[in-house]
This record gives sequence, C-alpha cells and structure tokens, in this order.
Amino acid sequence: MTVTTDSVRSALELAPEHDHVDSHLHPEGSFDVADHEVPTGREEIWRFTPLKRLKGLHADAEFMRSATTSTWNTQEGVRVEGVSGDEARGLRGISGLVPNTRWAARVLAEVPSTLLIDVPADTEVAEPIVVDLDGTDAGVTEAGHVAMRFGRHSKAIVVLNHTGSSTVAAVVEIAVGDGADVTVVSIQDWADDAVHLSHHQARVGRDATYKHAAISFGGDLVRMDANVTYDGPGGSAELLGLYFADAGQHIEHRIFADHTAPRTKSHAVYKGALQGEKAHTVWVGNVLIRKVAEGIETYEENRNLVLTDGCRADSIPNLEIETGEIEGAGHASATARFDDTQLFYLQSRGISEKEAQRLVVHGFFNDLIRQVGVPSIEERLLTTVEAELAKNVLKDLGSLAAFGQDDNAPHDVLGSSRSAPSADNAAGTPR
Amino acid sequence: MSKLEINDLHVTVDTEDGPKEILKGVTLTINDGETHAIMGPNGSGKSTLAYSIAGHPKYTITGGTVTLDGQDVLSLSVDERARAGLFLAMQYPVEVPGVSVSNFLRTAKTAIDGEAPKLRTWVKDVNAALEQLNLDPSFGTRNVNEGFSGGEKKRHEIAQLELLDPKVAVLDETDSGLDIDALKTVSEGVNRFRAREGKGVLLITHYTRILRYIEPDFVHVFVDGKVAESGGKELADQLEANGYDKYVNAVTA
Repeated sequence: MTVTTDSVRSALELAPEHDHVDSHLHPEGSFDVADHEVPTGREEIWRFTPLKRLKGLHADAEFMRSATTSTWNTQEGVRVEGVSGDEARGLRGISGLVPNTRWAARVLAEVPSTLLIDVPADTEVAEPIVVDLDGTDAGVTEAGHVAMRFGRHSKAIVVLNHTGSSTVAAVVEIAVGDGADVTVVSIQDWADDAVHLSHHQARVGRDATYKHAAISFGGDLVRMDANVTYDGPGGSAELLGLYFADAGQHIEHRIFADHTAPRTKSHAVYKGALQGEKAHTVWVGNVLIRKVAEGIETYEENRNLVLTDGCRADSIPNLEIETGEIEGAGHASATARFDDTQLFYLQSRGISEKEAQRLVVHGFFNDLIRQVGVPSIEERLLTTVEAELAKNVLKDLGSLAAFGQDDNAPHDVLGSSRSAPSADNAAGTPR
Repeated sequence: MSKLEINDLHVTVDTEDGPKEILKGVTLTINDGETHAIMGPNGSGKSTLAYSIAGHPKYTITGGTVTLDGQDVLSLSVDERARAGLFLAMQYPVEVPGVSVSNFLRTAKTAIDGEAPKLRTWVKDVNAALEQLNLDPSFGTRNVNEGFSGGEKKRHEIAQLELLDPKVAVLDETDSGLDIDALKTVSEGVNRFRAREGKGVLLITHYTRILRYIEPDFVHVFVDGKVAESGGKELADQLEANGYDKYVNAVTA
C-alpha cells in the first residue's frame, strides 16, 4: 500500500484544528529514571517484545561490570576512546535524545563511561572505523553508551560489530554535523544466548547525509530502535536493515524518522528472512511529519521472506502527518513465501530447486547489501547469508518443496502459510 | 537426435468450480530438425500445452504421454526436463530481483552441462549471443528481467536459447508485443538455433506474422484443447485470409 500526497491531503482535512494527534510518536521524554514506569508489555512500544526474555534489562536489572571486550582500529585524525567523568556526562544527550524508556534513562544515568568516536570538522576518513564488541558472558547484565560526533563537512563510516555472548542495554548517540556524510553500520552477529536491547538516536545536521544500517543475524533476543531527527533543513537519512531469524529467535527492529525540519528526507528499507519454529521478526516503521516539516520526502519499505512453516513476521508501517505541504510520503510492506513463478522460471533453465531457492534469497538481499555501501563488509554479509541458508533451506529441502504434482508432495506448505503469499500488508499488519 | 512425441495429452487446471479440462487429447510428433507452428485463437490451450511440457505445477496431467527421444518427460521435475533438453521461451518472462543476467546464465549453463563452462570461451559466447540480439554487453549486470522492456525480455529468452542449446525449444508467443525490428532480430536468433543439427522447434503463436521470418515445416490449428487440422505452411496462409472462424464455429455448432 502506498500513501500518495493527495490521499494524505484529504485525510488531513478530517482533523485540521489539532496541532498533533496523541500517539506514541509524541512521548514525554525525561532523563529522570523515576519518571518512567517499568513497562508491563501492554504498551504500544513494548507489545511485541517478550519482556521475560530481556533478563530484566527493561526493568531494574543491575548493570554489572562489563564482560564485553571492546577493540577498534585507529584512523588518522579520529579519536576513539573510552571516556568517563565530566567528559562522559557531557556526551549524554548529544544526539538530542531525551529518554522515553526507563531502560534508556537508566543507561544514561548509570553507565560510568562512554565510548566516544570523534571525527573533527572537515575530516574525511577513508577507511571504516571498526569497533568490535565481543561479549564473553550472557549471564552478566550490562549497559553501554556510545557517542559519535561527526563535525561539519566530515565524512566517515563507523561499523559496530557485535559478537559473542552478552546481555546488554546500549544507547548509541550520533550527532551528524552540518553537511557531513556519515554511515553507521551495526552488525548483530551474536551467539545464540545473547540479549541485546539498543537505541540508536541520530540528529542529522543541515544538508547532512546520514546512512544507518542495522544487520541482525544472531542472538536470542535483539531489539533495536533506530531513530532520526533533523537539526536543520535539507538533511537526508537512509535507514537500512537486514535480518535473518532462526528457530526461537526474536529480532525486532523499529525505526522512527521524526521530520523536525523542512525539506528533509527519510528513506527506509528493511528486509528479513525467517526460518524455523517460532522464529519471530518485528518491524515497526514510524514516520512523523511535523507541522514545520514542509516539503519533506519519506518512503519506508519492509519485505519479509518466510522460508519455512512456524515463523511469524509482524510488519507495521506508521505514518503520521501534520502538514499537507509535502513532496512525497509512502510505505510498502510485504511478507511472502518463495515466489513460485520465480522458482519455476529458474528451474525451467535447468537450475535445481535448491539452487533456485538460493539464488532467490541471495537476490532478495543483494541489492540491500550493495546499498549499505561498505565493500569491506559486503563479502562477510553474503557469507553469513549463505551460512544461514545452510542451516535450513539448503539442508531440509523436503519441507520446502514448492511444487508437487502428486498428492504426497507437500504442496500444501504454500497454502498453510500464516501470511498470504505476496499480499501487501500481510502477516500481522495493524491489529 | 531429438524427437518430441506428445500422445493423447489431457491436462486440467484447478478452478473454483473444480478441475477444468484444458487439453483434450493432443497428439503431435516433432521429429529431428523439424519446426512446427501451432496457431489458434485465444483460450484454445496453446500456452497450457507449452507449460505442461515444461512441467508448470499449475497444470495436472490426467492422461497421455510426452516423451523426448523415448524418455518419459512427465515423470521428470521442471529442472530435470530442462536438463534432458527441453527449453521454454516464455510469453511473460519472470523478474528475479537481485540476480544478475550473467550470474543467471552461468548458473543455468552449469546446471544444464553438469559442469561450469570454461570462463574464457563462456564470456565470449555470452557477449556474442547478446550482441547478435542487439543487447548491450552491460545487459549482463542487470537483474534478470527487472525493468526490461517487452522486447528486451523476448530477446533475452532467445539469447538463453542459443546459449543453453537444448534439443527442443518451445516458443510461447515469443512474437507477441514485438515491433517489426525486434521480431526480425528474434527470428534470426531462432533461425540460427534451427540451423544447428537436429534441433526441434514448437512455435506457438496467435499471428501469422512471425511465420514470414521463421518458416515452419508443419502448421497445426489448435482449437478447444486439441489439434483441429494439420498441414504445411500453406495452412498459415489460409488462416491469414480466413481467420479461425470456421474452426471455432465447428466446435460451438
């Protein structure tokens, strides 16, 4: 489903006298932990997250001494350093973040140090700044704060690479200076027992270009909120996501493009694949176009490929518009099984069913991996997709036979999907 | 050698009202090196015949046989049929997002031959095939059928025909939607394939236009799920002059 400007205008006429609608897109933020109740799970922002599996991160789990090792490469002109004391305190909120959850308020109030990535104005960093965060103990509940500061007209790529076992609540703040060109990639390649709750908040300066890529493969529960606000007109944000959920995994991505300035852009593309019993993915795409944000453009898209029975993909685009003067606003969501016509076409060229499925899944992710635009991690992402496929699709083809002429063939697999094949807004759209 | 024999083929599709018979006993033999044109009005079952031979899961074979050089085709999966030497040029080729034409062609060639083609000659072959069909070499980097014009899709199908080199090609309305230049280009490609030794072609079309460029050995009029009349290429001229009315009326009368 695509919302065009015209239909948006007519919808607006229904409630012209209100400045804004009361919704979860207008939270009252606070740095004071006491201002935030412990969530019950019934809240809009928590309703899909299995709180029991968060090990108390959402409530009052102790933030213990970190069991995560952090290492990074050095790039000329860039400061990457763990800082504490007044300097660390001064970095809390540099993205404009005012916590809207208890856990984020606790992280900012309690963590003793901050990992600072500081790229001075007019500095162009040729190679990606890579920070490896390797967890060693999922029994340790911990918190982290990362602050990235990109000066005016700087250009840099930062990769946060999460591996190992960990139970972590992390706030990542990103301040993108005017005219800067910044890419932040966060890879969640955790071990099976990891629990990762994170909030990435970016403030995009005037005429700045910001790209955020969330890539989630591993972990028991991974939830990331990737939010953007704008500090001036002309800023552009590209929010990309790639996820692959296996049996039992909960992977939840939420984005929030808060158009706080005129002539800003947001473009979100999240693509996911699911396989195995109780693999659950959630994508919630929130876009708010404030009254001041005239002439903006936004588009958000989520596509899910359901590879086996027993998976669940929730996909919810939300668009809230307070001005009729916009260039364009739209969204699309689709959750489907393998496309039979694609498989037939490939097989009619002699390609086996297994190989055809592999091609289709790779194709599904290929464009997105290219869009991330970090050549040094492209190969790794393709390899990881391949390894994920090897776990299921390429191993257990019997359960996936897309075609069957005789009654014994499991062709009903296609019909029994929870999500209607190829239907827009399928599988768990607004309820 | 290549001999495709279709004998008393009956095919149904599932509809809301239960199975509906589309092919009602098709018998046709394409001998070594022969080109047969099948002509018929819309809804006569021409495309069903093409897809049934290729093994599309939508169609259920309820009777009859199809053999290629004596091998039972109907017991094979879609990809096995292709590897046995059948090729279907589709009326509506399918988009495969994120998969490049060159990757697709190489994967298909490897599957058909059972081994990867030699890189140097393969790149040369691909470029030659694309060039002969007026497709730019950069075509290889585009995603399969994504954003292709109607003409590009059909030319891409024929490029595959030349590169994959099957025994028998079934061309399902390859001429539809082509302007005269594209029609000539596509026909030249089909004729190059026919010039190879022992290749069979089953050319399915609604119009006689393409038969000016691809001269068939036999023409069959297809009406209501079976062959109503067979003859030489003069039959096409009669159809051009008189249309399908006499056959359709004979069925409904």
